[in-house]
Amino acid sequence: MFEALGGRLEDALSKIRAKARLSEADVEVALREIRTALLEADVNLLVVRSIVDRIREAAVGAMASRSLTPGQQVVKAVNDELTKVLGGESFRLTYASRPPTIILMAGLQGSGKTTASAKLARYFKSQGRSPLLVGADLQRPAAVEQLRTLASQIQVPMFSEWTSPIEVAKGGVAEARRIGRDVVIVDTAGRLTIDADLMEEISATSKEISPNYTFLVIDAMMGQDSVTTAKAFNEALEVDAIILSKLDGDARGGAALSVKEVVGKPIAFASDGEKLDNFGPFYPDRMASRILGMGDVLTLIEQAERTMDEDVAERGAKKLMEGKFDLDDFLEQLRQVKKMGSLKGMLSMLPGVPKELRNVEIDEGELGKIEAMISSMTKKERSDPASIDSSRRARIARGSGTTPANVSALLKQFKEMQKMMRSMGIGPASATKRKAKARPQKKGRKNRR
Amino acid sequence: MSISVVVVVIVAVLIFGGVGVFLVRPKRGSKLQLGVSSEADVVTGSSERVATTEAERSFDVVEHRRGFEGSLPKSRSLLGAALARMRSKRALGEELWIELEEALILSDVGIDVSVELVGSVKEKVFREGITSTEAAIQLLREEMITKLDRGDRELNTDATPPVVILFVGVNGVGKTTSIGKLAAQLSSQGKKVVVAAGDTFRAAAAEQLEMWAQRSMVEVVKGSPGADPASVVFDAISHAAAVGADCVLADTAGRLQNRQNLMDELRKIRRVAEKASGTVSEVLLVLDATTGQNGLAQAQGFGDAAQVTGIVLTKLDGTAKGGVAFAIEDKLEIPIKFVGLGEGIEDLAPFDPVAFVNEITGDVS
Repeated sequence: MFEALGGRLEDALSKIRAKARLSEADVEVALREIRTALLEADVNLLVVRSIVDRIREAAVGAMASRSLTPGQQVVKAVNDELTKVLGGESFRLTYASRPPTIILMAGLQGSGKTTASAKLARYFKSQGRSPLLVGADLQRPAAVEQLRTLASQIQVPMFSEWTSPIEVAKGGVAEARRIGRDVVIVDTAGRLTIDADLMEEISATSKEISPNYTFLVIDAMMGQDSVTTAKAFNEALEVDAIILSKLDGDARGGAALSVKEVVGKPIAFASDGEKLDNFGPFYPDRMASRILGMGDVLTLIEQAERTMDEDVAERGAKKLMEGKFDLDDFLEQLRQVKKMGSLKGMLSMLPGVPKELRNVEIDEGELGKIEAMISSMTKKERSDPASIDSSRRARIARGSGTTPANVSALLKQFKEMQKMMRSMGIGPASATKRKAKARPQKKGRKNRR
Repeated sequence: MSISVVVVVIVAVLIFGGVGVFLVRPKRGSKLQLGVSSEADVVTGSSERVATTEAERSFDVVEHRRGFEGSLPKSRSLLGAALARMRSKRALGEELWIELEEALILSDVGIDVSVELVGSVKEKVFREGITSTEAAIQLLREEMITKLDRGDRELNTDATPPVVILFVGVNGVGKTTSIGKLAAQLSSQGKKVVVAAGDTFRAAAAEQLEMWAQRSMVEVVKGSPGADPASVVFDAISHAAAVGADCVLADTAGRLQNRQNLMDELRKIRRVAEKASGTVSEVLLVLDATTGQNGLAQAQGFGDAAQVTGIVLTKLDGTAKGGVAFAIEDKLEIPIKFVGLGEGIEDLAPFDPVAFVNEITGDVS
């Protein structure tokens, strides 16, 4: 139901991109659409306003300069501005020199604190640390039981007692010292920022245990109120970083951007699934791509790395670069792609996908059809699709249970694809150069793991 | 057509997923070093407005009481501050329309609906020759209340007992809490209530429900952790029929609407519940008032999978206005039936359009 923010921005900018002369009205129209696009992505109004103002300034500058391509300059200003706002350094956590490193979790009700606490503990454990979970949410029924269950699932000790949140937090830190755990994660009750008593309570808890880090958990689906919430928590607690939860939904995550802008605190971790290992450090540049609708190529690549057979993928890539990619390779790669999951999901991670294509319902059954068609071809036909005449086409259609028209469509599309790749510069000419550069990088990556 | 699309997608995936491994990797390191120098100006750029609202809010904290009326004062901070400025000017200008539109946007009503609402008010103002700011805002308020004027907000309990009510929604919106509150209210009305602990996924969800149930003395039917939720719901309904209960409130695990398999599971739960009882009287989508425009996607996704019949708008006692519920009711015609106003067992109230609109548009007095 939503167009990607990127698509909207693209629309807004396409109108002025090619203009040799920009009028103020042109710019205003484009700015208006940029504003709409950002607001629809739940970026806070105040943040939108300042972004739009800065883009306007740049645009006015572009109009004044005697540049030949003022439209292009505005486009560049928009890109620069958004990358600047969205990008930024990743958060780096340093462990306390005298353990334990104390972490305090805070947030609204239902933002995902308890789950995030457990996920964080699991992350620390995977980093070779020995965390202790402390259940100081004595408010919500069964919150402590939930944390205890999660703790046992990840085999991390857990501490809680029926006293008061401050006592539990204090006791947890003492317990960590006693049993020699080097990271303590204190889960607290969800609270509203206007609940003065509870805000006072968490602020007192914080003073009592003086945490090394205070993480604010923010729901990625949050709307305009994200800024108010983050500011209030930041005033009460001096938040160090944000944990973004439920990032696997289809929200555009404008809240993440707004919070970062207004509170100026980095997003340290993000949670992107229900399983306890769906959690990890946050990469601002990836979120930037996602908010802008430019796709999330890095995540796609990681997914490819996890599921694809490396040799097969490499072979395919090599053939593509050399321009020798034939239907046989295509079949091989198709089977790889199938393993990665739904095409629709992958499509959403790709950059620059036109919106017509984004909304198309993809019939995953078509994959099977294509597979059957190629399998019905002879070796020679696969390497030289041009040799397929109408009688061969009829035979392939019969063999695969499709129609000759289907076969034609596939062949035509394959030809188009080859053409497209050549136009993208993937072909014999540039292949050797690129490969030479990419190779060492890849080896380096292997060594790191 | 479809084949071409699939081929294009595969190729694209190949290029980015396969070849991308080689091409994109090297860029990553350099991207990470992009500066964040802009932060400072943004904060100062916007802090003025936030500062005024913050100041007002801190007064409101003192006044804050539970309940719809009690949380009214905080709304002045949004539109109220703007109105105070407007009132001093008296004349209706472009500025007012912008202020109104932005106040609506800040309440998460969404830009489409905000523009539409303000547009139609503007038109009326010109047509009727209205000149005062108050009258214009009153017009906006009436416009919104008119849009919320519908007769199906009552909980539908007409079916032969046990009446089945299914609760659905994304994670952390307050499904279990809402069930706890509704169960207590129904049981205090003398109804015999059975609660189905259909959230077999989240750790301790059933325990949470049991604690609520103990407070209100209703019966809980639960399965083992990880059990098929549909079977738990089925058991609860059969049990309710056997003991002659009046209604069954069924909890489900939180799920994001873009997770196909989980939405399929929800379809199944609904189907099974229908089979066990003959009819599912209500499917209530629980919506967190802090949710932004994704609320529309939620309503659509859950509507497709489970035929949502009403909305429970929770956490309205905070600073969020839940304006997206207005957009949902307006665009998707799903009525808001209840609002959650706190953590107490009695803090679930029937939806009151007038109070809701006043929350969003501010209290002009």
